[in-house]
Amino acid sequence: MTDSKYFTTTKKGEIFELKAELNSDKKEKKKEAVKKVIASMTVGKDVSALFPDVVNCMQTDNLELKKLVYLYLMNYAKSQPDMAIMAVNTFVKDCEDPNPLIRALAVRTMGCIRVDKITEYLCEPLRKCLKDEDPYVRKTAAVCVAKLHDINAQLVEDQGFLDTLKDLISDSNPMVVANAVAALSEIAESHPNSNLMDLNPQTINKLLTALNECTEWGQIFILDCLANYTPRDDRESQSICERVTPRLSHANSAVVLSAVKVLMKFMEMLPKDLDYYGTLLKKLAPPLVTLLSAEPELQYVALRNINLIVQRRPEILKHEMKVFFVKYNDPIYVKLEKLDIMIRLASQANIAQVLAELKEYATEVDVDFVRKAVRAIGRCAIKVEQSAERCVSTLLDLIQTKVNYVVQEAIVVIKDIFRKYPNKYESVIATLCENLDSLDEPEARAAMIWIVGEYAERIDNADELLESFLEGFHDESTQVQLQLLTAIVKLFLKKPTETQELVQQVLSLATQDSDNPDLRDRGYIYWRLLSTDPVAAKEVVLAEKPLISEETDLIEPTLLEELICHIGTLASVYHKPPSAFVEGSRGVQHKRLPGSTESGESESPDTASAAAVSDAPPAVIPSQGDLLGDLLNLDLTPPTTTGPPPPASSGMQMGAMDLLGGGLDSLIGAGFGAPPAAMPASFSAPVSGGLDDLFDLGGGVGMPMGAYSAPKTVWLPALKAKGLEISGTFARRSGVIQMEMTLTNKAMSVMTDFAIQFNRNSFGLAPAGPLQVLTPLSPNQTIEVTLPLNTVGPVMKMEPLNNLQIRAP
Amino acid sequence: MSASAIFVLDLKGKVLICRNYKGDVDMSEIDHFMPLLMQHEEEGLLCPVMSHGNVHFMWIKHSNLYLVATTNKNSNASLVYAFLYKLVEVFTEYFKELEEESIQDNFVVVYELLDELMDFGFPQTTDSKILQEYITQEGAKLEVAKSKVPTTVTNAVSWRSEGIKYKKNEVFIDVIESINVLVNANGSVMSSDIVGSIKLKTMLSGMPELRLGLNDRVLFGLTGRDKGKTVMMEDVKFHQCVRLSRFESDRTISFIPPDGESELMSYRINTHVKPLIWIESVIEKFSHSRVEIMVKGGKEFLMRAHFGLPSVENEEAESKPPITVKFEIPYFTVSGIQVRYMKIIEKSGYQALPWVRYITQSGDYQLRTNV
Repeated sequence: MTDSKYFTTTKKGEIFELKAELNSDKKEKKKEAVKKVIASMTVGKDVSALFPDVVNCMQTDNLELKKLVYLYLMNYAKSQPDMAIMAVNTFVKDCEDPNPLIRALAVRTMGCIRVDKITEYLCEPLRKCLKDEDPYVRKTAAVCVAKLHDINAQLVEDQGFLDTLKDLISDSNPMVVANAVAALSEIAESHPNSNLMDLNPQTINKLLTALNECTEWGQIFILDCLANYTPRDDRESQSICERVTPRLSHANSAVVLSAVKVLMKFMEMLPKDLDYYGTLLKKLAPPLVTLLSAEPELQYVALRNINLIVQRRPEILKHEMKVFFVKYNDPIYVKLEKLDIMIRLASQANIAQVLAELKEYATEVDVDFVRKAVRAIGRCAIKVEQSAERCVSTLLDLIQTKVNYVVQEAIVVIKDIFRKYPNKYESVIATLCENLDSLDEPEARAAMIWIVGEYAERIDNADELLESFLEGFHDESTQVQLQLLTAIVKLFLKKPTETQELVQQVLSLATQDSDNPDLRDRGYIYWRLLSTDPVAAKEVVLAEKPLISEETDLIEPTLLEELICHIGTLASVYHKPPSAFVEGSRGVQHKRLPGSTESGESESPDTASAAAVSDAPPAVIPSQGDLLGDLLNLDLTPPTTTGPPPPASSGMQMGAMDLLGGGLDSLIGAGFGAPPAAMPASFSAPVSGGLDDLFDLGGGVGMPMGAYSAPKTVWLPALKAKGLEISGTFARRSGVIQMEMTLTNKAMSVMTDFAIQFNRNSFGLAPAGPLQVLTPLSPNQTIEVTLPLNTVGPVMKMEPLNNLQIRAP
Repeated sequence: MSASAIFVLDLKGKVLICRNYKGDVDMSEIDHFMPLLMQHEEEGLLCPVMSHGNVHFMWIKHSNLYLVATTNKNSNASLVYAFLYKLVEVFTEYFKELEEESIQDNFVVVYELLDELMDFGFPQTTDSKILQEYITQEGAKLEVAKSKVPTTVTNAVSWRSEGIKYKKNEVFIDVIESINVLVNANGSVMSSDIVGSIKLKTMLSGMPELRLGLNDRVLFGLTGRDKGKTVMMEDVKFHQCVRLSRFESDRTISFIPPDGESELMSYRINTHVKPLIWIESVIEKFSHSRVEIMVKGGKEFLMRAHFGLPSVENEEAESKPPITVKFEIPYFTVSGIQVRYMKIIEKSGYQALPWVRYITQSGDYQLRTNV
């Protein structure tokens, strides 16, 4: 007879009947009734009305019945807190039962009843159970401390349970040690500043001893705890590594990954010339490869982590390319991850094999996988120069298949190949142009437009091609609009005679008919540039572009370090720091890898790890879709940084800021010619100074202070203002925009009562405080006045402000 | 650290049974699971981790069930998946088959097991043989046995109980090697490896100490013996019972075995394997309605198949499944691995017989076709 019969009682007055059965004298009938109650609970029926009757069954020597009643209590105690108190006595009694199974069951269940009133009654039984003679009870009690802490942290501290828990780390039973470690880690995680796990060499030694003897799960708790420890020196680091490496041979993948985490972290402290360092590197590869024979979900976690590991220590898996070859029956999430790792491992030595595989994948049917495979071919071309030609011809073959999404992906990557190897593969442009009509994805359209604009002089009908895109300008995505604007300007600069109308058209579409500020701004910049100084425009727009970097999609080094500390966890799967997806963890300190002791004793820990960071490949390109990245994806400012990102503690943001700062620098530098003194003369001087500065303001939050500000120029000659001469400039000091003016009284009489009024302007510039002029201003006297500004004033949408009206008193 | 709650769902996403371990994730969050899964599936972006708000779902599928763990912390994901698979293993050993029906038929035991397997998100005892000693399906019958915690639960030897008795002491050793091969359409071997597994069926009394000797090249190297007929194992994985530190230091495989059947170890060998079975295939699509497939296997078989097909054609491109080969060769290991000895020592001093069997079989044996 199976339990399913209990689900079938759906008669009328069921609750009433159950009530009667629960109160029956017969043991068997009672038990049957409780099973029916639990069955109802399982299918989601509300049986809370039976609370007192079920609790009445609690005092029984039948273990199975007792477990069911406890289960019921866990489910309904919260909704019936007053009645839950009824159960307390039995719990307390059960905690002293001669049978350790019952003692453990009672303390385990009590901790799961999240009712405040009950918790205080829990303390005494818990204290006893923590010292129980049976390890089964002690290990259960250890976990109960974490439960109680979750309900009432203060109570746990006041009762001294934390100290008892710490004592359990020295328990003779390895399972008790493991659970105590798990409980302490859990508590420490929710109270990051409690300094609960003050790990020292003695406790570490105890943990390492327990590691050999506890269950596989216990091994994971201990390894995860060890990973939070920072060894004092490289010798301690090595000795811990030596005792952790045997875990790499455990059949449980989770044990292996947690061991890898400890080793990857502690390895940072080992001098690279140490023999042991090399040995350890060699030991890591085989277990990582074996993880790929695990169940698909575990493979996925492993692959996401391997992705991090190959970025941090490429040498570990550099000879293992083949194991990442995709199998026909791999789930799609495994296929995509393998592909990603294949690209990271691609090198001159294995490129032929990799390409053959990628070509195979590109003819598969799974759209996402095929797309990624095509993209991968492009990335190989960029990464391994010797293979570029073969990659390009492979891509051309793929374009011939005319499979729409393949063609589009191919065009996107060919654009990048052009950027990396200029003047080498342009012969393929004709083939690309044949596919113009089939492109319906923004990224592919933008790439194609870029190619047409960039190579306009080689494409006879470039104007026709671009014009065809222009018809539906407003329906295009921003990416395409921006690209089209730039491409047509390029075309105009290359073939000015035939394309004047076209450029007029696009400039007017971008500036007058668009609500998109990026598009408008870019439109205006081009417009001014073209109308004031076509030669400069040519220098700017057609400037030689820096080559794009080899490695793309690298994780920013500081983040990578943090993620290495989280190997095996969700953070390592998402490639995001825990603070990005765990509520309430924002204040928590980000984990860092320990610095190598090799890099100098006098260095502070921070600089030491910075030195370690710079071992990582240097260039970082923000991933696609990143707004900043997109912004920078303008042709004017390729998203390339060279050299290591600043080793600042908040490196992630800093990296992005730096990119932006750099980008703007070159935008401004290139846009207005550096040094700025050489600005186009016809450009209204005072405003250009302001504009320059505004650009700085617009995004350069991360720019160094004391950035350039234009020299003061005369805004108002004395002749026009009854003898008051005003010269000035805009500057940013300590992050505040300021209007700095020099007022000179060139009249014969004293001037008083100065005031300033800002017209409504495009930038919302307005005074942040009153104009303070020490009046009166005597004849021939000059004073410096600084007026702080902000940009929260009323904005008037119009062509950027280019004249200043100054009213003299 | 790991799971906040565990759910067992049917194919429609209805909760069959669940257990709330931590109480920090609302149990009704599971209602988002199925819609999320369907959305991911539609987008072709199926993924073992999904999130809704700040709740993360880690899931696996087994027969007509979904096993789902929820969390709102930075959980150890590999632990969660390993645990979910362990659940499947334990339930399967308890109920023979794990499916919707067996969950309903045994809900009382399932609750008991869920209570014992994990506490506050920490996996506890998960060895089903030991669990069966104190969590039984016939509750009433074994009341006496259940009134005690088996010491095994907290022993360092947590996989074997004391007091086991057999009349005849024997241990059966199966060495099974699976060959994984990936052959390209042009006939070149892209990748190949051997995954071996040594399985035990232990029928030994008491607490025997076992030592397994293999022709392991590293071991022979350590002891300075001739490495002629040895095997280089790239990576080795052991059952919880094997003393890993001992293996690490002198390559000795020593252990107290679990009773009955278990997988003692697995290994991976990277050496280039010459494919044991070779297949050539020619697939021709003549028109919309005829496909000819010719498969030539080894020296002896030739298969020629014509398919007359309806002249309707699928709009979408077809996938190109490779030819997969399944085979089994008894009394043979492709790597040449050998069990040199199995020493069995028990304090009662009985004589025990080890039996060894070797099998080679196909693993992931795929030959891509030329379509």
